[in-house]
Amino acid sequence: MPDFPLTRRRLIAAGALAGLGITFPRIAMGAEQSKRLVFIIQRGAADGLAMVQPHGDPALRSLRAALVDDDAHDLDGFFALHPAMEQTARMFAAGEARAFHAVATSYRERSHFDGQNLLETGASAPYAIGTGWLGRLVPLLPGEGGAMAMSATVPLALRGERPVATYAPPNRIPDPSDELLAQLGTLYAEDAQLAPLWEEGLRTRMLASDIGADNGRNGAAVGALVASLLTAADGPRLAMIETGNWDTHLGQAGRLRTQLGGLDALLGGMREGLGSVWADTLVLIATEFGRTAAINGTMGTDHGTGAAALMLGGALPAGDPVVADWPGLAPSQLYENRDLRATANVLDIMARGIAGHFALDPERALAAVRAA
Amino acid sequence: MNPQRNIATDRFGLGVQADEAVPDDLRCWLREQLRRFDPAPSALAAYPDSAAIGGAYADLVRIRRSAREEGGDAEAARAMGMAARQEDARLLAEAAATRIEMAVASETSFAERLVHFWSNHFAVSVEKLPLRIYAADYEFRVIRPNIMGSFTDLLLSVAAHPAMLIFLDQTRSVGPGSALAVRANRRRSDREIGLNENYAREILELHTLGVRSGYGQEDVTELARALTGWTVAGVGDGRLARFVDAADGETVFVEELHEPGPRTVLGRSYADTGAEQAHAILRDLALRPETAAHIARKLAVHFIADDPPAAAVTRLAQAFLASDGDLPSVYAALIDEPAVWSAPRAKFRSPWDWLVASLRVTGIAGAGDNLRGSIRAFGALGQPVWQSGHPAGWSDQMVDWASPGALLARVELANRFAPRAGRQGDVPALATHVLGDALRSATADAIIAAEASGTRGTGLALLLSSPEFMRR
Repeated sequence: MPDFPLTRRRLIAAGALAGLGITFPRIAMGAEQSKRLVFIIQRGAADGLAMVQPHGDPALRSLRAALVDDDAHDLDGFFALHPAMEQTARMFAAGEARAFHAVATSYRERSHFDGQNLLETGASAPYAIGTGWLGRLVPLLPGEGGAMAMSATVPLALRGERPVATYAPPNRIPDPSDELLAQLGTLYAEDAQLAPLWEEGLRTRMLASDIGADNGRNGAAVGALVASLLTAADGPRLAMIETGNWDTHLGQAGRLRTQLGGLDALLGGMREGLGSVWADTLVLIATEFGRTAAINGTMGTDHGTGAAALMLGGALPAGDPVVADWPGLAPSQLYENRDLRATANVLDIMARGIAGHFALDPERALAAVRAA
Repeated sequence: MNPQRNIATDRFGLGVQADEAVPDDLRCWLREQLRRFDPAPSALAAYPDSAAIGGAYADLVRIRRSAREEGGDAEAARAMGMAARQEDARLLAEAAATRIEMAVASETSFAERLVHFWSNHFAVSVEKLPLRIYAADYEFRVIRPNIMGSFTDLLLSVAAHPAMLIFLDQTRSVGPGSALAVRANRRRSDREIGLNENYAREILELHTLGVRSGYGQEDVTELARALTGWTVAGVGDGRLARFVDAADGETVFVEELHEPGPRTVLGRSYADTGAEQAHAILRDLALRPETAAHIARKLAVHFIADDPPAAAVTRLAQAFLASDGDLPSVYAALIDEPAVWSAPRAKFRSPWDWLVASLRVTGIAGAGDNLRGSIRAFGALGQPVWQSGHPAGWSDQMVDWASPGALLARVELANRFAPRAGRQGDVPALATHVLGDALRSATADAIIAAEASGTRGTGLALLLSSPEFMRR
C-alpha cells in the first residue's frame, strides 16, 4: 500500500501555464546536491541572428535590414543582444551570461521534428535512440539529482533511466478520495509500464502543495515558479522548460520582440527567485537550428542552419560575452547560399558547460551527451 | 463474449457505449460502419454555413484593416476586434462541443475515429486567430466528407480550404518573379515580397511523402513556387484586392501572384498551367510509393502499436497503391489485417481517446454541467480540441502521453464526473460490458468492493481510471 500525504492542498499555480497543459513534479533527493541545472529549449528554430545580432558583419544589413535593431544591447562591439532582452543584457554586463554563435547540432536538413529530435537525443541521426542527453546525464551527476519538466509530458531530452516529474496543469477538480487512490494504487502496482508513473504521480501531489502560491501568468512567473521548485528542500535540481512559437516565417520582428521579451522575463524572474542559489545555477538555452540569413517575402525568415545558444549562471567561468568562430554572412560564406554556417556543435558546448558546472570528467559528460 | 470484441470497439472504434449491442461478426460490423457513416449528421445542422464562416472571416479582415488604417479611432477598432474575438471563441467552443457530442453519440465510431485521424494528419491549430473561425469548418466540410473518397481528393480539398492556406502561410507566399512582386519590389527595395515555403515543406514532409523520403530543398522550393497564386481573398493588406474577384474569405487563385514558368519536382517537369500547376504536382505526390508507405505507417501506428510490424505496414501500403489511394480499400485492408487483431491491448489512449471513451460509458452529462465542461477537460488533459499547435498534429505514441501528471489528471477527472453520471446502477456488470475480456479480476474485485462500500461514483471512477481502461 503506498503512503499518502496527510494533507493534500491543491496546487493552485497556473493561469497562462494552464493553457499550455502543464503537469507536475515530484522528487526526493539528497540535500547535498547544491548545483542546479536548467535547460530551456526553444522549439521552432529561434532566429539566432536576431537574438544575438552580428552588427559588425558588413553583410548583415543587406540581408535583413528590417530585422536589425539599432537599439540592441551592445555586447562586445561586434555582437548586440536583442533590445527586448534587457535583464539578460544586465546579466551579460555582470559576466553572468554568454552567447555561443554559429552553432548547430550535426543535423543539416531543415525539418523541425528531426532537428528537435537530434537536439534532444544528442544522436547523429533522427530517431536513432529513444533517450535524451539530459536524461542520460542525470545518473552521472553528483548527489541524487532529481529532474522535472515544465510540461505536460516528459520531453525527449529528459528521458532516460530515471523517472522525471512533470508539472501538471492546475485545475479546480475535487481531490479523489484516499480510498480511490489506495484501490488504484493496488491495481497499478501490477502494471509494469504504468506503476512507476503512478508512484511518481502520487509523490508529485505532495510537493505540488508546497508551491501553490506561485502563479505562472507570464514568463516572469514561470521563472519564479521554476526557481521555487529548484530551491525547495526536496525539490528537483534539474529542470527543463519548453518554449514554443519561435517559428517566425512571417512578421518576425514583432513576434520575436514578444517572444524574447518573455524569455527575458523568465530568466529575470528565475534569477531573482533563486537568490543566492543563482551562484550554483547553470542555465542553457538552445534551439534545433537557425533561420535563413536573409529576410523572406513575408517579413520573416525560413528554416536555416546556424543558430545561437545562451549559457547563464551566477558563477560562469570568466570569458568573452560571445564565443564564436564567426563564419561571416557574405554570400560565399553562407551555408548553401542561404544560412549562417555552423562552426561549432551546440551539444558539445552544453556538455562542456555541464562538465565544468558539476565538476564532471568532460570526456564522460561528452560521451553521455553524444550517446557515444 | 467474442475475445476480439474489444479490438473492434476500442481499437477500431471509440469505446463501448453503456447500452451498445455489439454483434458477433465484428469485421462485418466494422465494414457496415464505414457504409453507414454519415458525413453530415443532424448534429451539424446548426453549424453555420460556408457563407457565414466566410463572413466572419471578412469581418475579421475588415477590423484588422480599420485598426491599421484609421489611426484616429484605434480604440473603436480594438473594441470591435475584442467583440469579434469573443464571438469567434463562442462559435469555436460550440463547434468543439459538436465534435465531442458526435464522437460520444456515434454508432459508427470506427468511421468517426477515421475523421479524427485525418484531421490530425492534415492538422491545423487555432493559435492563429483566423483558424478559430476556420478550424471547425475545415474538419466538418473538408475532412468529414472526403474520408470515404480517394487520398488525392482529400489532399486537393485540404489545399483548397482557407484553413490550411492560412495556417501554413500559403496566403503570404508570392512568386518572386510574379507580376505583382516585380512591380512591388521595383518600387521598394527595403521590403522584398516573395516566397514562403512553409506549406510546400509540410506537404512533402507531413502530408504526402514523409520526412527523409528522398526529396530535397529544391523540391520544397519548386513546390512552393508552383503553389504561388493560391491564396485566400481578403488576406494581406488590401493591395491585392483589385486583382481578386472573390468575396473575402474565399480560396482563390490569383495569376498576378503566381511564379511564372515550368517547375521540376522529384525529377518530373510540370508546365506552367497556372492554377492547375500545383494540383498536377499534388496529384502525383498523392500516389507516390513514399506517400503510400507514410500513410500506411501512420495508420499502423494508430491501429496496431506504437512500433507496428513492418509486414503489416507493407500490406497497408500495397492496398493504398493497388487502389490508387482509394481510402475505403485501405480501410478494408485494415479490417483484414491480422496484426490489428492480434496486437496486445497496449496502445495508451490519448486524452481525446480516453475522455471520449469515458463519456461513451457515463453519458455526456458526466462531463459536467454542460459540454463546456468537457471542452475544458480536454485542455486540462493536455489535448485541447483543434489546438495541437503543430502542423504535425498530436503524437500517436505512448511516451508522449503517459506521464505521472497525466494519470493523476485522468483519475481526478473520472472522480469528478463519475458521481454525476446518469448511469450508476450495476457497475460490476457495466465493467464487464465495457472492458470485455480485457477486464482483470483485480479490477473487477476492486469495483465490487467499492460499490459495496457505498460511496456514490467510486466504482465507476475506478473503472475509468483502471490501467486497462487507459489502453485500447
